[in-house]
Amino acid sequence: MLSRTADSLYWMARYMERAGNLARILEVSDRMAMSPSPNTDGLPPGNEWQSALITSGTESLFLQKYEAPSAERVLHFLALDEANPSSIRNCLETARRNGRAMRTALTREVWENLNDTWLEIRGFTTQRLVGVELRKFLDWVRERSLQFHGAVTGTMLRDDAYAFTRLGAQIERADNTARILDVKYHILLPDYAPVGGGRDFYQWAAILRAVSAHRSYRFIYRQSYKPWLIADLLMLREEMPRSLVACLGHTCTHLQSLSSRYGQQHECYRLAGQLHASLRFARIDEVFQNGLHEFLTDFISRNMSLNDQIRTDFLM
Amino acid sequence: MESQVFDEMAGLEEQTRPVYERLKQWLDEMPHDLLTLRRDEAETLFRRIGITFAVYGEGGDPERLIPFDVIPRLLEAREWEYLAAGLEQRVRALNAFLHDLYHDQEILKAGLIPRELLLRNPAYQPEMQGLEVPGAVYSHISGIDMVRVGPDEFYVLEDNVRTPSGVSYMLENREVTMRLFPELFSRYAVEPVDHYCEDLLATLKSVAPRECEGEPTVAVLTPGIHNSAYYEHSFLADQMGVELVEGMDLFVQDRFVYMRTTEGPKRVDVIYRRVDDAFLDPLVFNPNSMLGVPGLMAAYRFGTVTLANAVGTGIADDKAVYIHVPEMIRFYFGEEPRLKNVPTWQCSRASECQYVLDHLEDLVVKEVHGSGGYGMLVGPTSTAQERAEYAKRIQSQPAEFIAQPTLALSTCPTLVAEGVAPRHVDLRPFVLMGESLQVVPGGLTRVALQEGSLVVNSSQGGGTKDTWVLKA
Amino acid sequence: MHLRIDHTTTYHYSHPVAYSAQQIRLLPDSFEGQEVLSWRLETDSRHFPEFRDGFGNRTAFLTLDRPHAGLTLRVIGEVETENFHGLVRGLPEPLPPEFFLRPTLRTRPSLALQRLAQQIPQQGGSVERLHRLMNQVRLQVLYETGETHVATTADEALAHGRGVCQDHAHVFIACARLLGFPARYVSGYLWTRCDVHHDASHAWAEAWVPDLGWVGFDPANGVSPTEAYVRLACGLDYAEAAPVRGVRRGGGSEALEVHLQVQQAQHQVAA
Repeated sequence: MLSRTADSLYWMARYMERAGNLARILEVSDRMAMSPSPNTDGLPPGNEWQSALITSGTESLFLQKYEAPSAERVLHFLALDEANPSSIRNCLETARRNGRAMRTALTREVWENLNDTWLEIRGFTTQRLVGVELRKFLDWVRERSLQFHGAVTGTMLRDDAYAFTRLGAQIERADNTARILDVKYHILLPDYAPVGGGRDFYQWAAILRAVSAHRSYRFIYRQSYKPWLIADLLMLREEMPRSLVACLGHTCTHLQSLSSRYGQQHECYRLAGQLHASLRFARIDEVFQNGLHEFLTDFISRNMSLNDQIRTDFLM
Repeated sequence: MESQVFDEMAGLEEQTRPVYERLKQWLDEMPHDLLTLRRDEAETLFRRIGITFAVYGEGGDPERLIPFDVIPRLLEAREWEYLAAGLEQRVRALNAFLHDLYHDQEILKAGLIPRELLLRNPAYQPEMQGLEVPGAVYSHISGIDMVRVGPDEFYVLEDNVRTPSGVSYMLENREVTMRLFPELFSRYAVEPVDHYCEDLLATLKSVAPRECEGEPTVAVLTPGIHNSAYYEHSFLADQMGVELVEGMDLFVQDRFVYMRTTEGPKRVDVIYRRVDDAFLDPLVFNPNSMLGVPGLMAAYRFGTVTLANAVGTGIADDKAVYIHVPEMIRFYFGEEPRLKNVPTWQCSRASECQYVLDHLEDLVVKEVHGSGGYGMLVGPTSTAQERAEYAKRIQSQPAEFIAQPTLALSTCPTLVAEGVAPRHVDLRPFVLMGESLQVVPGGLTRVALQEGSLVVNSSQGGGTKDTWVLKA
Repeated sequence: MHLRIDHTTTYHYSHPVAYSAQQIRLLPDSFEGQEVLSWRLETDSRHFPEFRDGFGNRTAFLTLDRPHAGLTLRVIGEVETENFHGLVRGLPEPLPPEFFLRPTLRTRPSLALQRLAQQIPQQGGSVERLHRLMNQVRLQVLYETGETHVATTADEALAHGRGVCQDHAHVFIACARLLGFPARYVSGYLWTRCDVHHDASHAWAEAWVPDLGWVGFDPANGVSPTEAYVRLACGLDYAEAAPVRGVRRGGGSEALEVHLQVQQAQHQVAA
């Protein structure tokens, strides 16, 4: 397969995944902004929107353009702004552009998902988003992203094209989960003084919602929210599909399938295995002991190196 | 030349021509509504394929479809035999000419073609001088534009030996006609065209470089998604089962061309390139080209890669060179040309230029280097003012213009708003040449949808038809 | 004359280059009046296959596909030359002379060039007229470095009135073609008595004279090439005869360093 084709597949999937994740992040911000309890973060009102910017890694770009993060500005910036390369709109467009560049490597279902999504996003305006239509819009984005991955797993041949598509999604997903945790890590720390009020509950629930895991938590732990259990779930539980360990597990599987197909083990395979092992054999109390923030920062940078190595090994 | 318009169904006499009888009968039986319905269905089918047409149409308006006329055009076996033999002769002559021009230039030494016409022509590529190409084949894929003016009178209007396009329409048109009108299709024994891509692949493999070991690797080189023929490029790559590459996917290392794949560099032996000469290699041609491959011409010189069509073929389909093709056939083969050229006046010759200026309202005047029907003057349908302005252009640069009589192009029954009516058509058959030569039985019929119009180019609102060559 | 040439070209890139490809025309041919005794090209790679381009020039093709921060090309060789008063004979000539009437980007005719060409009287032999043209070019374009660049056209150089050997050659070629003489651009080396020298290679022109064939004219110096000249490559203009033409991926900006020595070899004492 052409390296350019593999590169397009990889980024197509990464951007579709990113669009869905952004929708989740915005949904959480919207919920938090409406939450009744007083602010305990020490941040001024509106910080929920700021945290959406931090999580998506676009805060500095935003501040170049606007002064303060108001709901409307952040919504516009993260959802529809053409000047923000990571806005939902631009993610969907970039995904489609990558798909279009190797149209014949895609199944009809995958292509139609990309194309229809892109055609539809152009009908949304910021005016429509601020207000009742926001949730509908965010639901729609999340659904389109899930549908995309459904079309991929449901219709694509299990060959190298499939592996590169899935790799893109997993690398993006792991990055996203780690960022969400890192932005909120302070409220998960044991020495974080729980005031016991509703605010913590909302904060914890928000993290779980941001990765669609608020129901899974109950299933697995069958108890009320505990910060270390939330961290455990999102980092170390294999059965949780958006956890770091699960994403790395899938990454290894797809790299393994490429190795056996190409009859060669590349450097990225070793990096992924190493990173996976560091998660598989970690214990959450140890992670907290050594510093949650440090652990997450390290993970994000190693995940990024893995991305670069995949690029070097296959995509250029 | 016939002044009366020849209709391929009605003929010149009162009776329907025998080959069209069954089609005529079918048309008579077919209610107009149903035919219109079928046309709409055809359009839907094309739009569905058009999902891929629309792929490169950025923005809200999907790429315009070229109108498709559902009524096929018929050619009898004996007509086709005559055409095919003529096309073979012509394409062989064009290839012999290219080989001669880029080697010993015997035809120049014989004084049959003005040296300056060739050597100062920008389409003549010095980089090809002395370069050996496998099988001495330059134009592997040729599209020869033909017109018909009478029952047995065909003319070659233009040769296309650079990167002729349109073959995907020929194939898609057949596909759609067979789905829409199986009952009509079964009334005739039609020569198939759907093996074209297999034949194309075999042709390309047959001209693999000497150094190629084992099965040759073929790739289609496209300028990319924004090219108007991108759909055809991806269609052909897909049908042949080969990679569709862009310049950046290829690189030259040492003496060989490789493509970047996820399994590492893979050698490429034959490149069906749909990128123009000027953009192929920034080391030799346009230094700013991002569409090409640095070093491609060096690899071509080393003989490790075959380009199809070869570089520099444009000199053979230049409008000023066109008039000399009959000479080429006589010179290289000692044969009389089977297909006729349209009589052509060259404005570069003073006497002929005067004739052209005096008879503008009867002639079609074209720019020597133009294509696609742009910048031409169709005398009979022009206004006095248009002719006056055009005359000024001719006078300022006479060498840039040629003129031809307005041919009474044949007409074929075509579905238009008012019903079925005759419309003017031309024909672009495709010829493949590698180790052997094949004339694909069929081609692309282009039809001028406006009543009385003689301009069939799709860029000027023309449509296409399926072309049925009947078995003997 | 026994000339010894040592010519090193070094490119320094501000960022590492991932891949580069070069066509190198630093390989002289032997012909009447120029015998190549020894010649060696050294590059950062051991592989640089050679071919002859459409003009007949010996061309080395060099690719580097590992990250590199620079590129060094060095040619060292010895050539025995003899003064043929500019006559060029015995070279492979794949292209017919008429081809060299074709104008190019850098030699496109203009009114000013036409006027210059018209200053050459109709009467007189071809060689005489071309010599006059050469001298006119030299008068109208003064030698001065740093005033023009590789993309400067003949028309621009003439209008500017200043330029280097490349510009002289382009103006000469453009006018010669206007006068009906096929003309071409030649790159090479020039030996001079004093050490002060142009920092890079030299360039001149050749024009086709019926009965004589190709004849060299060096409008920068107002002479036809002598035994002090070593001829490398020819083309319609600079683009085809350039000693090095390259493409690279990445690398940022480029700095060029050239060391050139053209020396008269000491005569060996017979043993």
